[in-house]
Amino acid sequence: MNIVVCIKQVPDSAQIRVHPVTNTIMRQGVPTIINPYDLYSLEAALQLRDQVGGKVTVLTMGPPMAEDALRKAMGIGADKAVLLTDRFFAGSDTLATSYALSMAITKIAEDEPVDLVFCGKQTIDGDTAQVGPGIACRLGLNQLTYVSSIEALDAKAREITVQRRSEGGVQVLKTKLPCMVTMLEGSNTIRRGSMPNVLRAGREPIKTFNAAAAGIEDVTRCGLRGSPTVVKKVFAPKPRADKAKLIDTTNRPTSDIANDAVEAIFAAAPKLQTDLVGRAAQA
Amino acid sequence: MSETFDAIVIGAGPSGNACAYVMAKAGLNVLQIERGEYSGSKNVQGAILYADALERIIPDFREDAPLERHIVEQRMWILDDKAHVGGHYRSDAFNEEKPNRYTIIRAQFDKWFNRQVREAGALVVCETTVTELIKDAKGKVIGVRTDRDEGEVYADVVVMADGVNALVANRSGLKKEVTPESVALAVKEMHFLPQDVIESRFNIGEEEGVVIEVAGSVTVGMVGTAFLYTNKESIAVGIGCLVSDFTEAQVRPAFLLEKFKNHPSIKPLLAGSEVKEYAAHLIPEGGLNAVPQLFGDGWMIVGDAAQFVNAVHREGSNMAMTSGRLAAETVIEAKKAGKPMIASVLSAYKKALEDSFVIKDLHKYRRLPKVLHNNKHFFTDYPRLLSQAAETMLRVDGEDKRSKEKKITKSFRSTRRIGGLIGDMFNLARAFR
Repeated sequence: MNIVVCIKQVPDSAQIRVHPVTNTIMRQGVPTIINPYDLYSLEAALQLRDQVGGKVTVLTMGPPMAEDALRKAMGIGADKAVLLTDRFFAGSDTLATSYALSMAITKIAEDEPVDLVFCGKQTIDGDTAQVGPGIACRLGLNQLTYVSSIEALDAKAREITVQRRSEGGVQVLKTKLPCMVTMLEGSNTIRRGSMPNVLRAGREPIKTFNAAAAGIEDVTRCGLRGSPTVVKKVFAPKPRADKAKLIDTTNRPTSDIANDAVEAIFAAAPKLQTDLVGRAAQA
Repeated sequence: MSETFDAIVIGAGPSGNACAYVMAKAGLNVLQIERGEYSGSKNVQGAILYADALERIIPDFREDAPLERHIVEQRMWILDDKAHVGGHYRSDAFNEEKPNRYTIIRAQFDKWFNRQVREAGALVVCETTVTELIKDAKGKVIGVRTDRDEGEVYADVVVMADGVNALVANRSGLKKEVTPESVALAVKEMHFLPQDVIESRFNIGEEEGVVIEVAGSVTVGMVGTAFLYTNKESIAVGIGCLVSDFTEAQVRPAFLLEKFKNHPSIKPLLAGSEVKEYAAHLIPEGGLNAVPQLFGDGWMIVGDAAQFVNAVHREGSNMAMTSGRLAAETVIEAKKAGKPMIASVLSAYKKALEDSFVIKDLHKYRRLPKVLHNNKHFFTDYPRLLSQAAETMLRVDGEDKRSKEKKITKSFRSTRRIGGLIGDMFNLARAFR
């Protein structure tokens, strides 16, 4: 089984700071991590490899420092790593990113056909959930998004069966390989790489593709030029000025506490009260 | 499957990075193991970088190391509750081509330093904790065990640079646990302010920085000091006291920091800032008497783990880097001479330390921890007396100056008596000699 896992190095959004003066995002000094959603896909890929054999290649597009994310993924257990890096890629939106990644996957497949492509459900910095499906579209892969568990992989029949979260229930889907899968958060727990793995990850050379090496001839489809998305403005939401109000709960029946809470809410938002009362009257 | 390296360095702070860098640069096969997510992720300091120690390791570090401001002005303040009495030293001589001291942000600086270690050829493994040393039948250290699967790795020599608690050495019975009397607990906050506000508030230029070191009533009678350092767009403000004093006085560190921040001499300097970080750290302040056995068969101990801190001069990271370098040079020499990494060979490390400022300075102040511990009035009575004296002399209120002088003399004598005053002077002079 030849599996490619697309990962992204993102700023740790839990530690991101908004510059108190200029209101811009301060990336300097903010640690970078592998997009947490990607790790569920990486683990799923590693589990499939451990079951049926084959290899897992992690692929990322980013600046040279994204190599850290690839090495970390190798430390966890990925066999190979490819870094797609070129100044032509700077400023890519999801359209340009999925184009570049799909070209790189095509290139990887020249050595050995790719059976499965895993992507994170979405990233924590862009939150679009578009790159995975974008890659599937361009490569003509069936796509299985929001997968909560992989039920079976039949390497001979080249079929995969998964459970997929959907509105109001769970779908069980079976499809032919090759296909593209995005895993849901919580669908597994990322493993901790063994010492030999992390030692290997620190040493192994990482294959680097620039645009040309990835087989991209038309660089106008990459980076800012290939990205129709325009960011108009970045701003930090204003912190709320009004303070939370405390309701005394000691030694009081819960009904009294609830009444106080409702009264406090209506006092703060009289319109809400009239709306609710009006609606109740209609009903 | 397990591998053997020339050397394993445990920890990626200033001492570990210095040690791993020097050995890797000399062509040794070095493995560095760091517990945190990356070098610097767990490291806390004020922080001042002393250029000299780093320059001896990476001469051209100024070209790309993340430095905040070089120090042009040092203020030393003694605080009582309302006032500070102090001395300032500011000199344009500090605006030199290669400045001597810088403020830095450790998370960024350590990351940079560790990148130099990698580029020098060392293998760096993060998010990995060394659980214990592996010894052979004769007791020589031959490797380490980590918390990962198949986690044993071997080396000719293991350098422990794992910080103040020196957990690995403790667990392996090579060193006793630090005592509450020999470590200070320091807490600090990062206050963000626009660059131009900092520069006008502290009367400094674009790259220039100010350091304020503080002692006095702000530590409510405990042995300790406080500081304020200017970074580019932030101010680091912190305070630390001996852990034994915190326990005895039942005072919380956060309370002290609030008290310091709200002192009338400090508050205006922080006005309008936004707190973005809160950190705490132990500092080894036991002095020479707390320094453990520094080497043995197959092992050495460097930096905070070896308790190398000069509390009087607020130096530590430079001692860490220097001890790391000297340990590395010892290994390189031994390797070159084809000698085994046994105690008699590694003793050259201790000799080198003794010939350097590291042990010399610790030796000079060896009596101080005890003197300060037994004479808490240095932190209570004297600041108050000094402040009163200054106020008495400066206030113009119709009283003649001789009477004022008498009043001041009387205040000193009634608080400490003649014998006490002479004893204090003698003790201090001896401790600083």
